[in-house]
Amino acid sequence: MFKVLDDNHEFDTQISFDGKDHLVPSNITVAAAALLIGVKSIRETPVTGAKRMPLCMMGVCYECLMKIDGVGNQRSCQTLVRQGMVIERQIGATEVEAEYYEA
Amino acid sequence: MQYDVIVIGGGMVGAATAYGLAKQGQKVLVLDGEDLTLSASKANFGLVWVQGKGWDHAPYAQWCQIATNLWPELSDELKATQVDISYQRRGGFDFCINEQEWQERESMMSALWKNTDGMFEYEMLNHSKLKKMIPEISKSVIGASFSPQDGHVDPLALLQALCKAMQNLGVTYMGNCLVEAITPTHGEYVVKGAKGVFTAGKIVLCAGLANGQLGEQLGMNIPVVAERGQVLITERLKPFLKWPTLNVRQTAQGTVQIGDSHEDVGLNDGTTPEVLKQIAQRAVLMFPLLSSVHLVRAWGGLRILTPDGNPIYQQSTSNPGVFSVTCHSGVTLAAAHAGPLCDWILGDSYLPVIEQFSMDRFDV
Amino acid sequence: MKPSYELLIIGAGPAGMSAACEAARNGVAVCVIDDQPEPGGQIYRNASRATDKQNQVLGKDYQQGKNLVDDFKSYGGEYYANASVWHVDANNQVGVIKAGKNYFISAKNLVIASGAQERAMPIPGWQLPGVMYAGAGQILFKGSGIVPTGELVLAGTGPLLLLLASQYLHAGVKIKAILDTTPKGRIVKSLDKLFSGVQGYEYLIKGASLLRHIKAAKVPYYKHVEGLCAVGVERVEKVSFASATKAGRKVANISLDVDTLLLHQGIIPNTRLARAAQCETTWDAQQSCWIVATNEYGLCRQNTYVVGDAARVMGAVASRIQGRLCGLHVAQSLTKVDSHSWQVWHKDLLKKLRKENAIRPFLDAVYQPADAYLIPQQDDVIVCRCEEVTLSDIQDAVRLGCQGPNQVKSYTRCGMGPCQGTQCSNTLSHIVAKQSNMPMAQVGELRVRSPLSPITLGQIADL
Repeated sequence: MFKVLDDNHEFDTQISFDGKDHLVPSNITVAAAALLIGVKSIRETPVTGAKRMPLCMMGVCYECLMKIDGVGNQRSCQTLVRQGMVIERQIGATEVEAEYYEA
Repeated sequence: MQYDVIVIGGGMVGAATAYGLAKQGQKVLVLDGEDLTLSASKANFGLVWVQGKGWDHAPYAQWCQIATNLWPELSDELKATQVDISYQRRGGFDFCINEQEWQERESMMSALWKNTDGMFEYEMLNHSKLKKMIPEISKSVIGASFSPQDGHVDPLALLQALCKAMQNLGVTYMGNCLVEAITPTHGEYVVKGAKGVFTAGKIVLCAGLANGQLGEQLGMNIPVVAERGQVLITERLKPFLKWPTLNVRQTAQGTVQIGDSHEDVGLNDGTTPEVLKQIAQRAVLMFPLLSSVHLVRAWGGLRILTPDGNPIYQQSTSNPGVFSVTCHSGVTLAAAHAGPLCDWILGDSYLPVIEQFSMDRFDV
Repeated sequence: MKPSYELLIIGAGPAGMSAACEAARNGVAVCVIDDQPEPGGQIYRNASRATDKQNQVLGKDYQQGKNLVDDFKSYGGEYYANASVWHVDANNQVGVIKAGKNYFISAKNLVIASGAQERAMPIPGWQLPGVMYAGAGQILFKGSGIVPTGELVLAGTGPLLLLLASQYLHAGVKIKAILDTTPKGRIVKSLDKLFSGVQGYEYLIKGASLLRHIKAAKVPYYKHVEGLCAVGVERVEKVSFASATKAGRKVANISLDVDTLLLHQGIIPNTRLARAAQCETTWDAQQSCWIVATNEYGLCRQNTYVVGDAARVMGAVASRIQGRLCGLHVAQSLTKVDSHSWQVWHKDLLKKLRKENAIRPFLDAVYQPADAYLIPQQDDVIVCRCEEVTLSDIQDAVRLGCQGPNQVKSYTRCGMGPCQGTQCSNTLSHIVAKQSNMPMAQVGELRVRSPLSPITLGQIADL
């Protein structure tokens, strides 16, 4: 339900969103990319599983928490997209994996 | 308005005591402080814990046994409030990160066992035994003491449940009512608070650190000082830690609570980056998986410390009917405060161990 | 980042950038920390890199930001972007996370210029996907050049709502309706404030021209909207309201299909950093928010300043002036400005600041949010979005005897989630105040504690 206004914008940054590849303009935030792609929700709350989308876009409301490059609960409105970025919806609470850290 | 008992302080100790008194048919008024009045009840760790408690003081060890054994009953009673207090008694750990800690722990546990005539159950687990129970533990933890008698609860939910339960039994709870003066008059006590003047035959001081100055008005010299503990709490994580430990526990909501610092800084309940760092280091050392986890909140809480760390239960000699209940570990002791302690306050037949907590012990 | 600075400024918006430029110009060693990728704050977000299209749509006020951002970019001091402050205390000690690493900075002088945030608008369904703040709509356009498509409704009160509507119209974005929640009779009631506002007449002209633009575009405009709800299951599907006035006529029970609903109830200072630094806040009934107690230079106590919208909503132009005043005051306190220059310069700036602020009482009075949009009107409305705490949860806790917001937080988890009460704190205090019949000043607000922005345990352990 959002579009880039300026036709001159190049969609030159490839990101993966929940396993699907998308091209988006560079220099936009992950939250903006999610709106542009038209996803239905970017997270499900850890309390009731309700679906949410970003609210404030300026880093204060924490509604836009997503899993970005493997790290959960990141503010997607404060993070710019990067070539090859892997973005996933934040489903409920963060999962921590012990094996990963045990050398 | 006439009451049987006025409980001063509506934190964990006051609420449990008021609830217990109401269960025994007393007409009770609870006078509580303001929104930001220092309150250990809102800052504590939520352990229902016997490990280590009273290893150097047998009465306290026994008292903690009594309390934790009464806890399941209290938990059942509080179900009627429909507040989920998330009480669990699956056992709990206290980790050792070096040989010296292990040695000290072992002798402490054995002293506690003796002090409770063998009622205290525990086991010393080496790393590999520990790792079987908690696979996430790091190599730096060489072992742990484990007691199946330990458990935990959501302390804020507990406070709410007690507050609700006592009101359901007819207790009058009055917040924002700091007490200005307590005066004995004709065998009764007149309490002047921010919201009015109240009278009762008995007064129970459950105001934590404020007990010192309240006691002074009634000729009681209650020795109490503050000890700050800082606590960290993380974002919600999917369940990974089944058991509480002395400094790390996963709450029912999934957040991980981390603490166990001890500082003497007077009445300052703030946080400091230096101590937060030490706490985080220890937690990450024990559970490396916590390294990438976000911190959501941190706070400081003030423990209510008596000279020997054990509770003071004392009736005033100059003003009979005035009782001081001064202690930390209000969560663990909640079940004892709601039960046997009220027998003592009401002068019924009571457990003799309570007399061991009088201030007489400091005169020796 | 160095371990200490003569002057540390948090925030690179109009106030922070102006303070930095002024202080550096007078020889102060300055460091500026900002959590955005580019300087500008929210108002001048991306101003130095905006495309022609963005500039054209956003207008002259936005373009004026470019000069300041350009000045700031060569101001001569240090500047760290994407750096977030997680700790501030009363001793001007600041903890900063930049690129995953923690830095501790001791600031001889600390300027907090953390700007404003949207006031929460807790209507039924405001948590649904598809509902955002109007400010977010503007940020999306400034920062990422994107605009809504599909059925778009703007609802609320305050100058930003009209400005955004006008900008969207310039951009060719179709607006289905504007639902103005400003209560009836506000403008007439506020006219007595206008006497002092005469000096700020440009703002009134600006406001009138926005309205004319919206009218000319024939956007359906509902006034005095009451009983606003966002309706939907998995996302917002409709926006409904109980009553309103349209073209002079009363209308009732309207429901409009909507894809995007942008809400606005004005902006309030983001006082978290100031409060963490133990700066005093007071309740301002006119702006209906907590403001930071400062003097005209932004000084809260010796060596600690809070300037611009972070202290009291004053707008970009006033923030720029106050920022300069503050930077000059720091320089003067470090004896880097001779007393003659100080006298001349600061008096000139003070005069400009007072002129700029003259319109505020009128704007504050007109756009003061209606009570019905400060306190939810239905039991099941979510107040705390993070922990999903509703109005009735809070009311139950107050009934149980909660002394104030911090006790309610203990019982309900309201304000305990990731945002740490930035969205619910004021609503919570309003509810407590109403139910226990206490004034806001006495009710107070949720306490602020570190961390003030995300930090991991590993990062803290590595301090």
